[in-house]
Amino acid sequence: MNAARSLGLRAGLLSAVLLLVLLAVWHVATLSSAPVATAAPALTPEQIEYAKLMGKDPSAGGAPAAKSGFPTLAQMGSTIAKHLSQPSYDNGPNDKGIALQLGYSLARVGLGYLLAALVAIPLGFVIGMSPLVYRALDPFIQVLKPISPLAWMPLALYTIKDSSISGIFVIFICSVWPMLINTAFGVASVRREWLNVARTLEVTPLRRAFEVILPAAAPTILTGMRISMGIAWLVIVAAEMLVGGTGIGYFVWNEWNNLSLPNVIFAILTIGVVGMLLDLMFARLQKAVTYVD
Amino acid sequence: MRTDNRFDPYNADRPLTMRCACGQHASAEEHRSAQDAVAELKRRSETAEFEAYSNDFIEASLVKALFPHDAMRRRFLRAVGKGSAMAAIGSVLPVASLQAMAQEKGTLEKRDLKIGFIPITCATPLIMAHPLGFYSKQGLDVQVVKTAGWALIRDKMLNKEYDATHFLSPMPLAISLGVGSNPTPMNVATIQNTNGQAITLHVKHKDKRDPKDWKGFKFAVPFEYSMHNFLLRYYVAEAGLDPDRDIQIRVVPPPEMVANLRAGNIDGYLGPDPFNQRAVFEEVGFIHLLTKDLWNGHPCCAFGTSTEFIQKNPNTFAALYRAVLTSAAMAREARNRELIAKVIAPQAYLNQPETVLTQVLTGKFADGLGNVKTVPDRADFDPIPWQSMAVWMLTQMKRWGYVKGEVNYKQIAEKVFLLTDAKKQMKALDMKVPDGAYPKITVMGKVFDPDKAEAYVNGFAIKRSPNA
Repeated sequence: MNAARSLGLRAGLLSAVLLLVLLAVWHVATLSSAPVATAAPALTPEQIEYAKLMGKDPSAGGAPAAKSGFPTLAQMGSTIAKHLSQPSYDNGPNDKGIALQLGYSLARVGLGYLLAALVAIPLGFVIGMSPLVYRALDPFIQVLKPISPLAWMPLALYTIKDSSISGIFVIFICSVWPMLINTAFGVASVRREWLNVARTLEVTPLRRAFEVILPAAAPTILTGMRISMGIAWLVIVAAEMLVGGTGIGYFVWNEWNNLSLPNVIFAILTIGVVGMLLDLMFARLQKAVTYVD
Repeated sequence: MRTDNRFDPYNADRPLTMRCACGQHASAEEHRSAQDAVAELKRRSETAEFEAYSNDFIEASLVKALFPHDAMRRRFLRAVGKGSAMAAIGSVLPVASLQAMAQEKGTLEKRDLKIGFIPITCATPLIMAHPLGFYSKQGLDVQVVKTAGWALIRDKMLNKEYDATHFLSPMPLAISLGVGSNPTPMNVATIQNTNGQAITLHVKHKDKRDPKDWKGFKFAVPFEYSMHNFLLRYYVAEAGLDPDRDIQIRVVPPPEMVANLRAGNIDGYLGPDPFNQRAVFEEVGFIHLLTKDLWNGHPCCAFGTSTEFIQKNPNTFAALYRAVLTSAAMAREARNRELIAKVIAPQAYLNQPETVLTQVLTGKFADGLGNVKTVPDRADFDPIPWQSMAVWMLTQMKRWGYVKGEVNYKQIAEKVFLLTDAKKQMKALDMKVPDGAYPKITVMGKVFDPDKAEAYVNGFAIKRSPNA
């Protein structure tokens, strides 16, 4: 117990050190890109005017111009503070706070994911229980599974004729496969003895499904759900960059428009943190349904 | 009491804050200057002088569209008299009724509209009509929605997610013809901007200013059916390069051009502003030439919608038309340009540094080679959709194999570019139909006669063979 705690402590310390090293490297690497004050008097009036048009005002004493280079730590910090201090402002359809954008993305992911679960888990059950259905559907699954979700986008836009539903469809189509395959696998590998006991006790098929197979396969199913959620969160950003409108992916695209690296980095960090939280949530769920033989 | 206190502590309508009230500007002062720009532009648009100007402008544009040759206009006026000429034109032109409709507006069939735009300066009239309240003045509740790319604009128009949109002017032709999509009738109501594009090259090519040296270069254009693509192809072909074999032309959404140029994925692009100026601002590119030098007054982007929308919502369409034309008339005035740059720079619209937009719109700009240039007509906003422009675009689509077989140039042009209705109805009224909508065009010194479109296509040394 003591050893485990001290391991945790040491790991935490090491993480902190690594973070500090990373930040220090960042600081040093961006230090040199800070503008060096040039001697203003040496410039002709035309050169001064040119410099002003280029966003570098020589008369302003070499103040850092609002350029899109790699941000220093201080710039990054102020960007983060700015976004977090106003997380949910709404300036019309093209300009919303980061919390609202995240909300749109999460809503899309949630909806697409829920639909996928509604389809994949029952279907997975059927496939897992019946070798015939498994063999019949297998070729389709094998062909459809490796298709990149974004490749569906043009087809979805053309057939569904609605960009936000197309986004949800893309989430659906990418999260359906891991859930389907894992559910089928989990259901198929429920121990024979348990099923035999159920048969001996003449349990109805419905009860057998819910009280024997489902609890036994639950950890595997949740593994599939966790993988799916990871993929769905990966895909939504790309999909929103493609379709635009709202969402964290649109935010990244819009800031790429503006070539604003601090905002893009901020968005990347946000995406990472939210992805981690989603994954943690499923890890908890998984723990809750896991049993020891 | 001082009235110029920038924090307005005595103003009950403003929060007492040292920061910007809307959160979108670095300081309260910046916020205020942006608001002031909107207020000033609004004030200018509301003066009687401007209303008169915009009315006169619309009328003059229309008459000019009908009678590009002044002699013809004079003959017509003399023949029928001023009064009946005005009445005749007023009764047949879909757009001429605009002025009348400004007084007596029909009931709007649809108030809540979604209009798509790509964040480039070409969209200026469409965008600025929003903060300046030109749409709401017409009784419309318009959302201008930033869109990620031209293919998406096309899809959203076909899906009817957008009611009207910012188009590349050849797009409605292509969509109506069914190249690159299912054929769906689309219309160009106005041209959004004329001139305003440039060829930008990577700074490492400073010494390769002659297009003959560009063999093996990789270029980007925003979309296949764009003036950018056609002008770039035209330009390199005039220099003796085959745009399909000697150089590579890729489709890259405008916002991604600068990033790709910096990464060295492309050697240059013929793209819309502000991304030419932005490349200069980022010190990764220089402006090789303005497209104005290839064809002065060429159209680029357009404002349009589907034929179905116009037929279903004629009054709404007319109201939109008025809003956009007012906006265009305002954007044409040089004295408004600086304020316009301020109004369309924020995140909700173009999301660009204001100094970049100011350079594009005022035409006083850094060229990336150390020179400050002054070209006041670098970008203009002449809204008239000449049909000869459409014919020229079709000749280039034919030339490069985007459309195959027989092309009925004028028929398509007249169907898509909205001056058409006027001519048809004039014919029906047994009036003398002028060759109105077809002024001659000069591209790189070569005169294009819309009456001899096929001969023009065949006259080029470098083109795709019709059987290929």
